[in-house]
Amino acid sequence: MRTLRVGDDALLVEVASGEEAEAVHAELLRRRAEGLLTVREIVPAARTVLLDGLADPARLASELTASDVPPAPPRAGEVIDLPVRYDGPDLADVAALWGVPEEEVGRIHAATEFRVAFCGFAPGFGYLTGLPARYDVPRRATPRTAVHAGAVGLAGPYTGVYPRASPGGWQLIGTTDAVLWDHTRVPAALLSPGTRVRFVPVADV
Amino acid sequence: MTDRALAVVRAGALTTVQDLGRPGHAHLGVPRSGALDGPAAALVNRLVGNPPEAAVLETTLNGCAVRPRSTILVAVGGAPCPVTVDGRPVAWGAPVHVPAGALLDIGTAFSGVRAYVAFAGGVAVEPVLGSRSTDLLSGLGPAPLTNGAILPLGSPTGLHARVDFAPQPRPPVELVLRVTLGPRDDWFTPEAVRTFTSRVYQVSSASNRIGLRTEGPTLERALTGELPSEGMVLGAVQVPPDGRPVVFLADHPTTGGYPVIAVVRPTDLPAAAQAVPGTPVRFVAVRRR
Repeated sequence: MRTLRVGDDALLVEVASGEEAEAVHAELLRRRAEGLLTVREIVPAARTVLLDGLADPARLASELTASDVPPAPPRAGEVIDLPVRYDGPDLADVAALWGVPEEEVGRIHAATEFRVAFCGFAPGFGYLTGLPARYDVPRRATPRTAVHAGAVGLAGPYTGVYPRASPGGWQLIGTTDAVLWDHTRVPAALLSPGTRVRFVPVADV
Repeated sequence: MTDRALAVVRAGALTTVQDLGRPGHAHLGVPRSGALDGPAAALVNRLVGNPPEAAVLETTLNGCAVRPRSTILVAVGGAPCPVTVDGRPVAWGAPVHVPAGALLDIGTAFSGVRAYVAFAGGVAVEPVLGSRSTDLLSGLGPAPLTNGAILPLGSPTGLHARVDFAPQPRPPVELVLRVTLGPRDDWFTPEAVRTFTSRVYQVSSASNRIGLRTEGPTLERALTGELPSEGMVLGAVQVPPDGRPVVFLADHPTTGGYPVIAVVRPTDLPAAAQAVPGTPVRFVAVRRR
């Protein structure tokens, strides 16, 4: 594992793939749960895990640099089902990029088990991985100025659901009525890093 | 309705409720938020006998005016500014009694950007994830103040300070930000790293609670291509494609895809919060502690 110092009290652990980042994240969470690691924030991302607010980052850096990437953790925990209508405005574009008929997009997407690789962009916005690399799509050349809450989009290797209305450049393939973020709820975020997710098609009413 | 409340008479350019913020939720995409000039917020809280976590008002450049419904102790600090009660000048940087129904006006800052206003008992809006801070990036917490809004206040808990004047740092004439290089300084040419740590930048008027934007020499990249999104810390100096450094402040995004050339020492960030547009900025490389 490669470690990069970030300021005086943070550390960025860098690995080769999203799967390795997932494994490192799981291992660091385990260490924190067992009281072996004191840290303010553990923030997984595409190829890295950020540890912010460490008492002794230099010692942890040398320890992690000397160790191998831990084995991938078993998929555990319940699967969250997100009801979805595959009715997004970019469905035809995505079908063309995938080289499949339009109605196949939803079938392929709903047959995939996803996992929240990391969160960002907005509270409760998860970057979901699971689709094979051949289904990667670019962001839209021109981002939309307004995307509605519940819009299901694709960008690069990720699927994401907009927790609230915002501008956005993802290719929109569907809509969910699930509430991704509600600060009066515990937990506020429906999805957090590591959560397993399935999209379940529902008929239009 | 309780009389422990304030009516907002003049909201000002941008006045928000701030406390210590909501750290610990970055993995959910929740920014830390909180007062940009933490020491100033802590001081005005202490002056009115509040604990450090009490919520205060943070104003931007032209202050604000409020009318408390009951007699209340207040203190104003941070950016030096005129303070009046029903038009009569009162002390800045000291506890002041404001009678019920009187108009407390925090005027335009003489220097600096953000004034902090503490009320005995604190601003008692409903907390979100343990904090009352307004987060301008993600919209968590109370909305910025608007004219006519009513803000609830808590009950005073402590004894106020008996001082006539509490000294506070002067807003910076020149902003010196100590930085440790990395984690992505290798994405820039050696020349760009030298430029960054030796030339003078200016604070841009596009700065806000999310970031202190700068104008000045652009920084050329050694590596092109896209950096996969990675976690961001407070004080990270991100360099977007226009090559002009942005220093991440309290409402910064939790992940980002532009390379971070260096990280500012957190103790230098309160001064950054008080640097008006046009203030010269120097980034000085220091050894990591």
